Amino acid sequence: MIEIKNLHKSYKMGSNALHVLKGIDFSVKEGELVAIMGSSGSGKSTLLNILGMLDVADEGEYNLDGMPIKNLNETKAANYRNKFLGFIFQSFNLINYKTALENVALPLYYQGMNRKKRQEKALKYLEQVGLKEWSHHLPSELSGGQKQRVAIARAMVTEPKVLLADELTGALDSKTSYEVMDLIQQINDKGNTILVVTHENDIAHMCKRIVYLRDGVIVKDEKVKQVRAKEYVQ
Amino acid sequence: MFDIERWQEIFDTIRKNKLRTFLTGLSVASGIFILVILLGFGQGMQNGVAQEFEEDAITSINVWAGTTTKEHKGMNPGRRIQLRNENYELVNELFVDDIEYGSSRTYINGLSINYGKESLAYGLQGVSPEFQFIENAKISEGRFINEYDEVNVAKVAVIGNKIKTDVFNSLESPIGEYIKISGIPFKIIGVFSENEDREEERIYIPLNTSQKVFNEADRIGNISYTLPPADDFKTAVAEATEFKNKLRTHLQRVHTVAPEDTSAINVFSMMEAADRYFSLIDNIKLFFWFVGICTVIAGIVGVSNIMLIVVKERTREIGIRKAIGAKPWAIVGLILQESIFVTAISGFSGFIFSMGLLEIFGPYIEVDYIVNPSVNFNVALSTVILLIIAGTLAGFFPAWRAANIHTIKALKDE
Ligand SMILES: Nc1ncnc2c1ncn2[C@@H]1O[C@H](COP(=O)(O)OP(=O)(O)O)[C@@H](O)[C@H]1O
Ligand SMILES: [Mg+2]
Repeated sequence: MIEIKNLHKSYKMGSNALHVLKGIDFSVKEGELVAIMGSSGSGKSTLLNILGMLDVADEGEYNLDGMPIKNLNETKAANYRNKFLGFIFQSFNLINYKTALENVALPLYYQGMNRKKRQEKALKYLEQVGLKEWSHHLPSELSGGQKQRVAIARAMVTEPKVLLADELTGALDSKTSYEVMDLIQQINDKGNTILVVTHENDIAHMCKRIVYLRDGVIVKDEKVKQVRAKEYVQ
Repeated sequence: MFDIERWQEIFDTIRKNKLRTFLTGLSVASGIFILVILLGFGQGMQNGVAQEFEEDAITSINVWAGTTTKEHKGMNPGRRIQLRNENYELVNELFVDDIEYGSSRTYINGLSINYGKESLAYGLQGVSPEFQFIENAKISEGRFINEYDEVNVAKVAVIGNKIKTDVFNSLESPIGEYIKISGIPFKIIGVFSENEDREEERIYIPLNTSQKVFNEADRIGNISYTLPPADDFKTAVAEATEFKNKLRTHLQRVHTVAPEDTSAINVFSMMEAADRYFSLIDNIKLFFWFVGICTVIAGIVGVSNIMLIVVKERTREIGIRKAIGAKPWAIVGLILQESIFVTAISGFSGFIFSMGLLEIFGPYIEVDYIVNPSVNFNVALSTVILLIIAGTLAGFFPAWRAANIHTIKALKDE
């Protein structure tokens, strides 16, 4: 599903450059649930942003579902993001004046789907994350866990090839974190490919594979026995 | 533009950001409002001045004599100049091609005027038949003085409408009644009306009669002319000024007055005065335009500023929209269309409100020099459309900036 080779990225800081990714080789197959682990500042978000076409690498190859991703302009990148990728952020990134339903429906608007269909589909996905009753509430009326569920529904609504989550439990307490991870596991169980960036060990171990990043290189890449989040819920 | 989905998206945004939208709209609407009202009052002033000049025929030229102030050809200053019939007749002969109507006038003062037992205190003037057109007097009853009256030294009088209401109120018509001037009966043959009461407080009798009956001999107090209408205002002013100077030079020569002695022979051209007023009004209107345009520019800058703030406020939202697949042009479109929509709606509200106000209350406004303030619909409408275009341009840069903010940076924006 995802294949990257020799990926380099550095940030220019005035006269000197900060080399963040120093040659990453890594691939993800369809249906995998991968955690990208590493301490703060190790380049996890940078990697995820490049995978998510929010940023471009300086060097290296990137194939998404067999399609080479290169020479992206803003318009093309927006199109790919909309069609192939779903994002989940630490800070939820919901639009505060839109209801849960409208937030979930928004990516479909950018696909050109009509309003009625959008809302039907958005409601279906809200139901899947257990928030059907909350569809007409604003983000400010939802708890952190609920907000992240809305964000997950929004990421899922376009049926993306890959779900990218950056510290999706970073703003949640551990109980809520496990509930959210339980949802992620359920989605993965249905065959969706998911990448989770985290610096928390327990969250990483709820994935099926952990990639360790340190100083811009992958230091370890191992399959793990998945801890089911469900055991910690209730 | 015609994408219903985007309109819904914009209405959602507006509905949920009412205050922001309202403030943006208010600055535009008030800009237009002030512009239209100012333009309206500019026009009102022009109307008012135009009305002032309707009192007399606009091309009228008046001549009266005074006292010399300068020594000339051995004559001492302080000499009183007297206009006489021969002056008037010679001018008529010399300048026959320039003149439309002409009349000389006598002012007869200090005579008793009576109607029955009632004593009348009104101005008495001897005038020629053509004076009616020079003074712009409208005959409301009977007729004005004619050639026949002049030739026959007829003892007839034409009175102003004010006198009719003051004195002859109990009668159905004053026509045929007699008033006594210095004991001599004069038959009332007509009533005239003017725009101003002051000018209706006059009694006109034939010039010839005034001179023969009241011992004025060939003396005249004043000569008035009108010039034939010109193609446009500028030519009319030029012609009036030229005639005025020609006339003065001629009369100065006839009366042995120094050319630079302006107080001995006075010539007043209504046209010149009007020209001065109208150019003053033009300047005032120009100033109003200037103030109005500045207001509108302030409105546009306001819109642009508010849009910048809006974009700043919405940076994170824009980041989110881009992350989930909004293309840059979709962002530009969204912001721009919202700004055009708000500018247009509020621009037109300001337009309709101010036009309505002028339309409803304008006709009732009638103070000195301001009459019926109104605005040319097309001018106002073009201004509004111009404002909307300017507002669009003003909205474009913030929108473009918004679309080009780096998505990741936008998402980190607090
Ligand atoms: N836009 C940027 N400009 C400059 N430096 C950046 C930028 N984004 C990230 N960095 C730097 O790159 C390094 C890696 O950042 P990041 O990928 O966010 O790490 P992580 O997500 O693992 O905490 C950090 O040192 C960070 O300061
Ligand atoms: Mg990070």
